[in-house]
Amino acid sequence: MQEIINIFVKSIFIDNMIFAFFLGMCSYLAVSKTVKTSMGLGIAVIFVLLITVPVNYLIDNYLLKEGALAWLSPSLANVDLSFLSFIIFIAVIAAIVQLVEMFVEKTSPALYAQLGIFLPLIAVNCAILGSSLFMQERQYENFGQVIGFSLGSGIGWLLAIVGIAAIREKLRYSNIPTPLKGLGITFIITGLMAIAFMSFLGIKL
Amino acid sequence: MGKINLKLIKSPFNKENPITVQVLGVCSALAVTAKLEPAFVMAISVTVVVAFSNLIISLIRNTIPPRIRIIVQLVIVSLLVILVDQVLKAFVYDVSKQLSVFVGLIITNCIVMGRLEAFALNNKPLDSFLDGIGNGLGYAWILIALGIVRELFGSGSLWGYKIIPQSFYDIGYQNNSLMIMPPMALILVGIIIWIQRARNKDLCEK
Repeated sequence: MQEIINIFVKSIFIDNMIFAFFLGMCSYLAVSKTVKTSMGLGIAVIFVLLITVPVNYLIDNYLLKEGALAWLSPSLANVDLSFLSFIIFIAVIAAIVQLVEMFVEKTSPALYAQLGIFLPLIAVNCAILGSSLFMQERQYENFGQVIGFSLGSGIGWLLAIVGIAAIREKLRYSNIPTPLKGLGITFIITGLMAIAFMSFLGIKL
Repeated sequence: MGKINLKLIKSPFNKENPITVQVLGVCSALAVTAKLEPAFVMAISVTVVVAFSNLIISLIRNTIPPRIRIIVQLVIVSLLVILVDQVLKAFVYDVSKQLSVFVGLIITNCIVMGRLEAFALNNKPLDSFLDGIGNGLGYAWILIALGIVRELFGSGSLWGYKIIPQSFYDIGYQNNSLMIMPPMALILVGIIIWIQRARNKDLCEK
């Protein structure tokens, strides 16, 4: 249990998706104009991460990894399908995003109205595919760790995008050199936020 | 086959640059540029994938049903990325280990999807191919510029070779280790955008 909490905290602060790996920067830059919309996108990302990463973990463990097919028959123990993982992961993500969208539309129209436009965008958000690939690369030992990792990454992403959106709302009233307005200053502020997050690097978990 | 349209290759270098103007594909540009070599390999890989996925999608653009086009695009792009990944693993294994997940992330690199949606779906194959090459190279020069600055000031070397002589270190020069940390990549891109927009006033945001 302690291991799971460690991974959870680590993936929020130390291995933050945006500040340490720059994943999901495109939507981070495009949607962070107001706190409200960025909150919506952040929640959608947490939601989708929580479903896709564990599903991809199961697929990786029982179908793709070297020797993963051994549960079918011993003769398949040497098969290594991991070169297929990119295409399978992205297909799973696209399919699940579509399913989630239909499910949310049927069950909770209010939530759907909030997330609506963001859900299809998420299929091509690097943070989602990136988390699945990190999950594969870091070789988590059990299902609980994978859940901790996916929830933590999602929350870390939400923190980052809501933080920058709040700063950008205030920035509108400040006096910035014209060529730096908009995109330029957003990059520099993200850099400063990333320096602040680097202070967590010293924590050994 | 019409005549080669050079404008398609030239404009992404400056006024239509994928990173600084269209804001596409930022993730990988920042993450792989701590050293020059991975930045260079990444730039080539992305150029190849963008050019060929543009070409393939443009060839079959009239047969793709609009509703499922995203899935079709993702499948074609991920096939190309698998090819690139296998080639990198076979020939430059060390670099492919350094790039880690970022090769796979070319699939969701916004440059690829962005150019497919914005250009390849409505244009002839040759033009799309050139557009892909142009955008790939526009992405490449930013990556290489970042790689040079970050490696030179962060580790005192270029492509793994020492550039800054030992005598500098003897009189107290030190590598700026912040340069190889992630935050500096963001700040450097911000500065590139600043310089570019100061020179092209029409790119400025209100």
